[in-house]
Amino acid sequence: MADTRRPAGARRTAKQGGDSAETLRGYYEQMVLVREFELRASEMYARAKIGGYCHLNLGEEATVVGLLAALRDTDYLFTTYRDHGYALVRGMEPGAVMAELFGKTTGVVGGRGGSMHMFDADLRMLGGYGIVGGQIPPATGAAFAIDYRSKAGKNAEAVMCLMGDATTNIGAFHESLNLAGLWKLPIVYVIVNNRLGMGTPVELASAEPDLYKRGSAYRIPGVRVDGDDPVAVRDAAIAALDKARADRQPSILETMSFRLKGHSVVDPARYRSKEDNEEAQANDPVPAFRNRLLKAGALDEKTADGIHDAIEKRVTDAVDFADASPDPSPSELFDAVYATPVANESRAYPGDPVTTVESVAS
Amino acid sequence: MTELTYRQALNDTLRAELTRDENVYLIGEEIGVFEGSYKITAGLLKEFGPKRVVDTPISEEGFTGVAIGSAMLGLRPVVEIMTLNFSLIAIDQIVNHAAKMYGMFGGRVKVPLVIRTPGGGGQQLAATHSQNLEVWYAHIPGLKVVAPSNPADAKALLTAAIRDDDPVLFLENLGLYNTKGDVPDGEQVAEIGRAAIAREGTDLTVVSYSRGVVTALEVAEQLAGEGISIEVVDLRSLRPLDRVTFCESVKKTSRAVVFEDDMLSYGVGAEISATIGEAVFDWLDAPVRRVAAAEVPLPYAKPLELAAMPDAAALTKVIRETLAASGYRK
Ligand SMILES: Cc1ncc(C[n+]2csc(CCOP(=O)(O)OP(=O)(O)O)c2C)c(N)n1
Ligand SMILES: [Mg+2]
Repeated sequence: MADTRRPAGARRTAKQGGDSAETLRGYYEQMVLVREFELRASEMYARAKIGGYCHLNLGEEATVVGLLAALRDTDYLFTTYRDHGYALVRGMEPGAVMAELFGKTTGVVGGRGGSMHMFDADLRMLGGYGIVGGQIPPATGAAFAIDYRSKAGKNAEAVMCLMGDATTNIGAFHESLNLAGLWKLPIVYVIVNNRLGMGTPVELASAEPDLYKRGSAYRIPGVRVDGDDPVAVRDAAIAALDKARADRQPSILETMSFRLKGHSVVDPARYRSKEDNEEAQANDPVPAFRNRLLKAGALDEKTADGIHDAIEKRVTDAVDFADASPDPSPSELFDAVYATPVANESRAYPGDPVTTVESVAS
Repeated sequence: MTELTYRQALNDTLRAELTRDENVYLIGEEIGVFEGSYKITAGLLKEFGPKRVVDTPISEEGFTGVAIGSAMLGLRPVVEIMTLNFSLIAIDQIVNHAAKMYGMFGGRVKVPLVIRTPGGGGQQLAATHSQNLEVWYAHIPGLKVVAPSNPADAKALLTAAIRDDDPVLFLENLGLYNTKGDVPDGEQVAEIGRAAIAREGTDLTVVSYSRGVVTALEVAEQLAGEGISIEVVDLRSLRPLDRVTFCESVKKTSRAVVFEDDMLSYGVGAEISATIGEAVFDWLDAPVRRVAAAEVPLPYAKPLELAAMPDAAALTKVIRETLAASGYRK
């Protein structure tokens, strides 16, 4: 695979070294949270506590943390099915996220969505989405609503819409970018490029494999950034969001990282070459950031281990919370079909008669 | 006869048709290097090369349309859409284009296309990934929709679909891939548009298709132990619909229950039940009942998913109620 780590067009980090040790440690802590949570989720899947599809952010921890460090509370986030890390770092309780994976009533959406559908309106995380590209038009619509209701400015709201590299090949992406470009909507389309869509490398799926250039047909500018560096990701995202806020200039931000494991927990990824796997492991962002902070003196071994232990405990607590939480009852099956109560809504379970003579007569 | 899984029967059939006719090619996401999301195309890229087994980007509308265009020129594409849910992205190409061309262009162009895709819930994949939308396609003249319930039919219907000159939606089911059955050796070509009697019986007819037939057969076996004789009709084809076979069955049994994976309202069962009412009303001893999915976006949590999906217990209950309603006595 071509080395895309330092490609033409890659953005230099704006203020490397300008961050306090505390800030950097905070990023590290969040990265460890995502890492440990995902490893535990994988374990819980193997123990059949979690079902369905389960896609992990392993290898994307720096991207998750950097992007969300740039996003303000007033901004909106739309993401994909690979959403646990975003849910956690955006501020959802690990217990509630784990409970969602366990399908419990205490899950972030009551166990109705599962792994792919984390959502929290208060945190303005408007969903993980399982249909590839499905989130892009609604995210564009959120930007439309912001534009509809408020003026541009440095304090304006904006939308961040995440997608995978392979998702840029679906029509919804292109239609959305055209609309955003035409109407000047406050949105940043983030392409989380982990170099693979399931088993397909970017170069075999995109006629323009420099994905940050894919907005050019819509006059939407793009930049590419090292997705293994949370600070670089953050700074690039801040710059992009600022343009969205102040100038209503939509843009693309492409983050380059590696998927450390299979597409989902059940994919053994046999199609990946030894070299590819080695390259991915060599670029694991979590130990890299740890070493960087150690070297810079922002972190010492003892503190790092302490962070790790504390996170482990948080994740264990999350599992315990999820385990102890109640299952939803079949009697609640019809509780969330329509927001507005409506006459004659079907509440029949399989095998119930649709209409009885009595109900027709009465 | 060889015992095969449904998956293997499909895989063997694709191999046989690729070998037989060089105009046949496979196209879809992750069908080559990845060997298919559900491994239906395992080994075929290696055997036939990238010209015959075409990996595509995630562009359902685009590659389905490409398949349609190539079919207009006489190729015989077999499209894999990873799951039926994602066919919604290609639905304009399927419904407004593939299904319309032959009729709209006055019979002057054929579209010999197959779209293979699995439907079905029950795997905790939540609302967008668990749908049974086959009836959307079954509603459309110009399309053929087949839904085999067992490995032998999977083979014979897929062969027929590939050799057919019309667009065929070939419905698979996630819950069926690992099921096993005897498959006749050698070339087998089913006649599309014909139902089958999957089990003979005299007391009540259960009409079903795809995964539902497996459950219906289990229930029939169970009830046979009590001396209740259930006939199971496997529709096999949702469009065209073989009305004669299930109506003849009802003439014999005088009672019918439809067991379907899709939603009850406007579903397959609505069509079956209306047909029975119109055609063989005088033979009926009880109203035709339908056992279908609860009408909710399918939840992820297992207890809710189980409550929403039609199962053997619900079918058994409705069979008993239908027998009771008709004064049935052993
Ligand atoms: C419309 C649609 N087609 C296919 C799929 C199946 N699918 C799920 S994820 C995926 C690959 C997406 O890759 P990418 O966009 O790079 O995101 P990543 O998984 O790498 O994060 C595919 C093909 C889907 N969910 N929706
Ligand atoms: Mg990817």
